[in-house]
Amino acid sequence: MGDILLQLNNISVVYSNVIQVLKGVSLTVERGNIVSLLGSNGAGKTTTLKAISGLLKPENGEVTDGDIICNGVNIQNQSPEFITRQGIIQVLEGRQPFKYLTIEENLRVGTATRPGKPYKQDMELVYHYFPALVQRRKALAGYCSGGELQMLVIGRALMAHPQLLMLDEPSLGLAPLVVQEIFRIIKKINEEHATTIVLVEQNANMALQVAHYGYVMENGKIVMEGTSKELSDNPDVKEFYLGMAASGIAKSYKDVKSYRRRKRWL
Amino acid sequence: MEFFLQLLVNGVCVGLLYGISAMGFVMIFKASSVLNFAHGELLALGAFFFLSLVTWGKLPMAVSFLLTLAGCFVLGFLIEKFFLRPLIGEKLIFVIMLTVGLAAMFKGLILLIWGGNLHTYPDFLPPSLEIQLGAIYIAPVYSATLVISVIFLVLFGLFFKKSSQGIYMRSVADNQKAALSLGVHVRRVFALSWAIAAMVACMSGIVLGIINGVNVHDLSAIGLKVFPVVILGGLDSIGGAIIGGIIIGLLETFTGGYLSPSLRDVVPYIVLVFILMVKPYGLFGLVEIERV
Repeated sequence: MGDILLQLNNISVVYSNVIQVLKGVSLTVERGNIVSLLGSNGAGKTTTLKAISGLLKPENGEVTDGDIICNGVNIQNQSPEFITRQGIIQVLEGRQPFKYLTIEENLRVGTATRPGKPYKQDMELVYHYFPALVQRRKALAGYCSGGELQMLVIGRALMAHPQLLMLDEPSLGLAPLVVQEIFRIIKKINEEHATTIVLVEQNANMALQVAHYGYVMENGKIVMEGTSKELSDNPDVKEFYLGMAASGIAKSYKDVKSYRRRKRWL
Repeated sequence: MEFFLQLLVNGVCVGLLYGISAMGFVMIFKASSVLNFAHGELLALGAFFFLSLVTWGKLPMAVSFLLTLAGCFVLGFLIEKFFLRPLIGEKLIFVIMLTVGLAAMFKGLILLIWGGNLHTYPDFLPPSLEIQLGAIYIAPVYSATLVISVIFLVLFGLFFKKSSQGIYMRSVADNQKAALSLGVHVRRVFALSWAIAAMVACMSGIVLGIINGVNVHDLSAIGLKVFPVVILGGLDSIGGAIIGGIIIGLLETFTGGYLSPSLRDVVPYIVLVFILMVKPYGLFGLVEIERV
């Protein structure tokens, strides 16, 4: 085990004091790694990210048990202002641009954790990673395409100099080529800046290609973990998340339907 | 013709004032979706602060003016901290009712301290501010209004377009969740919007006090004029507030000049109804950007 940046110890999350979404999730993120979090809808991936970034509170959620430690600091149930200043930035699901701000102003909001400090250089860096944004810099974000917006929100998060960048479904609703481009850049950011990345994805195939380590979640629990290689070789992951039969060839939909293999970890 | 131009100039000046005062109202609404019913009382409070500093404190005008602005800025902060913040997360209607309560409280305080009589400021504007353009005469108070309004507009334009804090404020109005995720201090933005709103309200209070005299009932009634102004301009448009203000100001002075002074408070509302029938979101209300 290398240098640990973030550790979740057996956390439980409850919404509105009644709905338990996470039931004892533990995970470890090593510094400099890309860690992917896989699972079907409603498994608790987004909730896990929100528990880390402190965005549960506006939704009436709370970490009721366990602790979250980042760089030796306890951050569970802290305010988002505090957590973002620890260098943890979450990129929300479904791209949430500031529609009535220009691309450039959107990027400037990313400096909120260090107001008043110079930001020109960071902006150049973002344009270096996402050249598509340069010619749109004066355009209102509301009028940009989905791909541009995904680049914008990742770039906006980069402006904050994150130590830990958490991406929630960056591939959502994007064309396959754009998805590849985005994942290529995610990899590049990780390599060039040693930014630790937590990646929540439905597109398990893409996620396991770039990630070093992965966790599989189901029903608010972690059901499997391992290096990307181990996960992509696992027959269950192959079948349920990569759409392959155990033998490695693409399986017809008919077979999947007629005989659903029991998930072994449940 | 001269009469027309004269009314035009006066209308634009008063209208700018309404617009700037309404801008504070719009800022609070944009940032936190709260309708501030205490706006008129804030306006009156500013006028009375200034009155006390000038007549009791015997301070020079410029100093009193700046002190009043600073005082109201702080007052806005305090209102947010002690009254609004405990209600964050509660239903919006509670917060709005709270501002109604604040209005009653401030009005009571003003009546308690200064009484309900009409006060006037000593005549202090230098006569050099008088402008005589052909047959049009612009009284010092109107040219001062024009100058102050333009200065405020330029300052606010720069603040919201260029400064980081201004951009953070707009980001909160735009998408609060995303702003939170990037570490924007949302509570600070709320506090700042109250502070700025209180400041501009008291600024317009002072100038209206110079024009009409200082009386708590009149001033708080004028404060309520922000409603036609912002509804006309579109509740969430700062630019719309200014233009709405000018339109209401012009309607008022023209009605007062050509029809009858007693109608001047009614006609703007009648026109408002007609405009809203055509443009229900106001002239500049945000049209939701939708990508197709």
